[in-house]
Amino acid sequence: MIATLDSYSQVAIYSAMAVYVLSFIMFTLDLAKRSASKGELVGSRRRPFERIAFALVILGWALHVAGAVFRGFAQGFVPWANMFEFSLTSSAIVVGVFIFIQFWQNLKFVGAVVTAFALISLGVGTTNYYVPVKPLPPALDSYWLIIHVFVAALGTAFFVIGAALAFVQLLQARRESGKKSLTLLKTLPDAVRLENHSYFVNVVGFVFWTFTLIAGSIWAERAWGRYWGWDTKEVWTFIIWVIYAGYIHARATRGWRGARSAWLAIIGFSSVMFNYTVVNLFFKGLHSYSGL
Amino acid sequence: MRTALFLLLLLAIAAVPGSLVPQRSADPNGVVQYFEDNPDLAPILDTVQAFDVYTSVWFSSIYLLLFLSLIGCVIPRTMHHMKALRTKPPRTPARLDRLSGYTSIEATETDAATAVESARALLRRSGYRVRTFEGARAAGAPGDLSVSAERGYLRETGNLVFHTALIGVLASVGIGGGFSYNGQKVVVEGQPFVNVLNDYSSFNPGRFFDERVMPPYRLVLDDFRVVYERANFNAYGFPIDFTADVTVHIPGEKSYQDQVKVNHPLHVLGSDTFLLGNGYAPRITVTDADGNVAFTDSVPFLPQDANLTSLGVIKVPDALPEQIGMIGFFYPTAEALETGALTSTFPDLRDPVLSLNVYTGDLGIDDGVPRSVYSLDTDGMTQVAGGHAEADAIQLRPGEAVELPGGIGTVTFEDASDPTSGNSPTSGQADSVPRFASFDIHHDPSQGWVLFFAVASVLGLLTSLFIPRRRVWIKAVERAEGGIRLEYAGLARGDDPGLEAAVASLAERHAQQLGLKLSQ
Repeated sequence: MIATLDSYSQVAIYSAMAVYVLSFIMFTLDLAKRSASKGELVGSRRRPFERIAFALVILGWALHVAGAVFRGFAQGFVPWANMFEFSLTSSAIVVGVFIFIQFWQNLKFVGAVVTAFALISLGVGTTNYYVPVKPLPPALDSYWLIIHVFVAALGTAFFVIGAALAFVQLLQARRESGKKSLTLLKTLPDAVRLENHSYFVNVVGFVFWTFTLIAGSIWAERAWGRYWGWDTKEVWTFIIWVIYAGYIHARATRGWRGARSAWLAIIGFSSVMFNYTVVNLFFKGLHSYSGL
Repeated sequence: MRTALFLLLLLAIAAVPGSLVPQRSADPNGVVQYFEDNPDLAPILDTVQAFDVYTSVWFSSIYLLLFLSLIGCVIPRTMHHMKALRTKPPRTPARLDRLSGYTSIEATETDAATAVESARALLRRSGYRVRTFEGARAAGAPGDLSVSAERGYLRETGNLVFHTALIGVLASVGIGGGFSYNGQKVVVEGQPFVNVLNDYSSFNPGRFFDERVMPPYRLVLDDFRVVYERANFNAYGFPIDFTADVTVHIPGEKSYQDQVKVNHPLHVLGSDTFLLGNGYAPRITVTDADGNVAFTDSVPFLPQDANLTSLGVIKVPDALPEQIGMIGFFYPTAEALETGALTSTFPDLRDPVLSLNVYTGDLGIDDGVPRSVYSLDTDGMTQVAGGHAEADAIQLRPGEAVELPGGIGTVTFEDASDPTSGNSPTSGQADSVPRFASFDIHHDPSQGWVLFFAVASVLGLLTSLFIPRRRVWIKAVERAEGGIRLEYAGLARGDDPGLEAAVASLAERHAQQLGLKLSQ
């Protein structure tokens, strides 16, 4: 039974990856078309590639979530207890946030970045870190595993999109300052709007991150008897929190709006990725058993 | 803001080295190892406190400066905010068309007083603080009535709560942490732990620790149970559950039974007992050359791998004529490798074997220098069994005894399972070797406060980030040709990307309320 469900999970994951590849291609074709459009803003009706790409993302995400759910049922606990499962579930959350954020603002132009992120995450996760279903180690047997890790992944998802927007904002600001740049930028929101969107998305991420930090401390107190011990993972969670706190202050600081705060968002996101990859895999610490 | 931003970014950078170099607080053995691996670099790093980054002078000064600037910012802002809370919304600006979201509607079906009264009611319902003004009626100029409204005071309140709560977290950690203590104790099944200073294997008191605050209680480890995975062959032998059954004795109260599990500490009289480790503690008896029992005890062996191949040391200082020391490996399920060496293939007791290398001579503990019970200094000793000695290493199963080479005594690996319990010979192995649990005992009176301030900071953060603070004005200007012109505009106070939409929606609702058609 366990093996069957796990094999369903694998089939769903590989199918999701195939659909994401198609979606990524469609998103890039859309960007290419924007480049060729001489820069006039066109409504979504005139964007066939984007519409196909977004439909594919939804299909891919359904498969992706099914993959995570099968894995969860196969083992009888949440599918984010090791590196493979975390890469599986966190990328599903990233794509999910990307899909649902469209109800708030049309940010489909970062679709290529999001699908690429999901593909890399799933690709590396399945090939390098796949482990067969194992029982839950007693150290992770706590409802805080459900809360703490899930909210961390949710925060990460917002940071991914926030950083993508900050990156586009930088390109857009460059174009607006009269430098030679990509034509497709003319079809995207202006730098100030991008900055506002990026700020809002990152702030939501920051709130989740704060919650992750506190939930993690409460769990650490339950599990290890101290809520804070400067374990390497704790250190990096703290560093990320401080960088984003700086990012929020930058918005209220004269001379720090625009490019500088965009760079802070990108640095913050790089630290999140560093924490997720290098710290998980190469740094020694109490969180290391959750890695592989 | 610039100072805060600078100090925040500096703090982020300053925290990095502590994750690159092992820290004494989190990984003391890592620091020792680092000194061994980098004998030249380590002392230099140590002089800049690289192994104690988070208590170092430079890291502390950054966060203390940050908090100083925070206090210097929060106090005047609180005063200002208190005043603002009591201040009514300011006078309506003369020209609204320069402000955000300016909209105007011409209306003939209503008069200024009705329009402004309905605007006032609408704004109040939407959570605004309102005040009406009558515009200066200069000779010949049209008169106007207006309502000035402000909302989102909670944004600043939340912001101040957030920052004050951070100061609260730091203060609780700094002051409350001084009253905390934590200690470690290895307890073998059947043995007690008493919460007094001398009974701890190691102990770390806070700055203001007073021994008298330690509540007098006693825990007895009745049983330590481990469940291993046996069905899933991908994880065969993987531990699924650890349970320490204990009896708690509190003076003057009835003793009771309880459990300590991973993630489920035991709370007794304000201190928590955590289960952090476990292993086997073979019960060993040594007699010396004269036939006297020189040693009998359960000796905790430290696990070396997932199948609990364990390493332990037995010191027999009372043996005559010479002291005896033994370094041993314990294999809960022994299996011989091709080389002949033993290894353990399962963490439970299926075929427990103890192998011992035996030394005689001076244990080096008589001169009062403290020595670890987990290591044996063999410099002043002669090896008599195992290694290069003539006799092979001793191998024992539970219940077996053997003569030590050279007639220096005997060693017995006691079978701890009760012979009267009627266990069949096969299941008898299961209890033949006692287990030990290593407990961490923590007492930290500050943690409730830290949690309180942390929760307050999150609530403050949410209100400060997502409640917009804005002023809006609705003005009714009498027109010379009859009728009125309604004007709407807003002003963001702080970050407010939704302002224009909010003004537009207000105008729409107001027009609807008055029964007007929107026509710009």
